[in-house]
Amino acid sequence: MKILPFGPGALLAEFATLAEVLARYRALAAAPLPGVVDLVPAARTILAVFDGSVTAGQVRHWLQAAAPDDGGGAASGAQVTIAVEYSGEDLPAVARLLGIGEREVVRRHTSSRWTAAFTGFAPGFAYLVAEGNPLQVPRREVPRTRVPAGSVGLAGEFSGVYPSASPGGWQLIGRTEARLWDASRPEPALILPGTVVRFTEA
Amino acid sequence: MITVLSPGAQLLIEDLGRPGHAAMGLSPSGALDARALRLANRLVGNAPGAAGLELLLGGAELEFAAAAAVAVTGARGPVTLAGTGRAGAARRQEEAANRPLAVPAGGRLRIGPAASGLRYYLAVAGGIEADTLMGSRSADVLSGLGPAPLRAGDVLRTGQAPAASPEPAWVPAAVPPARRIAVRIQPGPRLDWFTPQAWQCLTGRDWTVSPESNRVGVRLLGRPLERAVGGELPSEGMVTGAVQVPPSGLPTVFLADHPVTGGYPVPAVVVPADLPLLAQARPGQQVRFLGQPKTALATA
Repeated sequence: MKILPFGPGALLAEFATLAEVLARYRALAAAPLPGVVDLVPAARTILAVFDGSVTAGQVRHWLQAAAPDDGGGAASGAQVTIAVEYSGEDLPAVARLLGIGEREVVRRHTSSRWTAAFTGFAPGFAYLVAEGNPLQVPRREVPRTRVPAGSVGLAGEFSGVYPSASPGGWQLIGRTEARLWDASRPEPALILPGTVVRFTEA
Repeated sequence: MITVLSPGAQLLIEDLGRPGHAAMGLSPSGALDARALRLANRLVGNAPGAAGLELLLGGAELEFAAAAAVAVTGARGPVTLAGTGRAGAARRQEEAANRPLAVPAGGRLRIGPAASGLRYYLAVAGGIEADTLMGSRSADVLSGLGPAPLRAGDVLRTGQAPAASPEPAWVPAAVPPARRIAVRIQPGPRLDWFTPQAWQCLTGRDWTVSPESNRVGVRLLGRPLERAVGGELPSEGMVTGAVQVPPSGLPTVFLADHPVTGGYPVPAVVVPADLPLLAQARPGQQVRFLGQPKTALATA
């Protein structure tokens, strides 16, 4: 792990792999440091934003001292089950790219244990990863100008669900009625970094 | 009750934002010139974080159904109070910046084009009411979350006015500078993605505020910075004040509605105390960055 400066109120911890990010993020989220106001995991980094009640040195020490948590323990993050109707427009293309049948795409998607690595792109959009992900496909060559809310997609090492209608380039394999973002809920985002996600067939 | 007769260039409900929710994808949002909003709230006796209005450039007119204490801060321009409901009532013009104004029932407040600065802040005793998201009433123009931008005919409600009258009658506040502004920076995480001369290039000459700037960021025009490292950066967390440099080499300084992650390298970060200067910088205005490439933080 390498710690990089990020102005007067933040530090950026950089890791070699996404798995290391996840393990360290779990450990940091489980032992928060008062004064750290935002902790933002991403593909290779964790950003820690802090206020004036802690020093950069204290935050640096906290980032370094947390023992990585590989997530195997029962105590790890919240769990969410999402029912999906696997009728996405790109399901045939995904099956073709992987050289498998459409049913096998569905079987692999529903039998994987997905973990939200980080969010971004839009409020409530989580990048989900699975160990040994058997569904790695490139993004669409031509992105769609509009992807409906609830679309379930694949791109690179990730799966994800669009919380609201937006342009998008992910391969769409299905659709869910689950509300990924609902501003009227006390916790608007259904999936947060660290959340374990299971997909089932609707 | 306040009726928006004209919203001007852009009229938004803003408080001090909703920092601390980047992990779910929420930008901090909030008043870009938070200092000016705090001052406006103080002048009418509100808590510092009460919601007020952020007006871009001017051109707004508001009608007050009931008498209210208001204050206008931030940008400087003509602020006039017209009409008290009586026919032929004299129109009153006053040096209205940075002091509490008593608007009578039926009064119309007009805020004209800013002569200096870019964003006015208007506080009303009791604060502006709106639905909250994660405890904040701030409009976020990037995600479209929070209260919608105000339009002509919209009606605003205010909270219970504070019992105690505000203590200061007038607070001296700096007029937003019309000429070149100086903004302090500290090193960001990806300074080494640029040539060794990059810091000198950032700080050694003037940049110009682009008309494409908005609440997401201030875009700067000038001689592009040169990258030393090619390739793509995996998206990483961003802070308000991050100086992000896309392939064009022209920096964008992120403001309150910035995306929570970004995929372009950040060689420097503007210190929070100087963000109000950028919030008030007008298109065409010159910006000079000040700072050293090494800080105590970077070497600790």
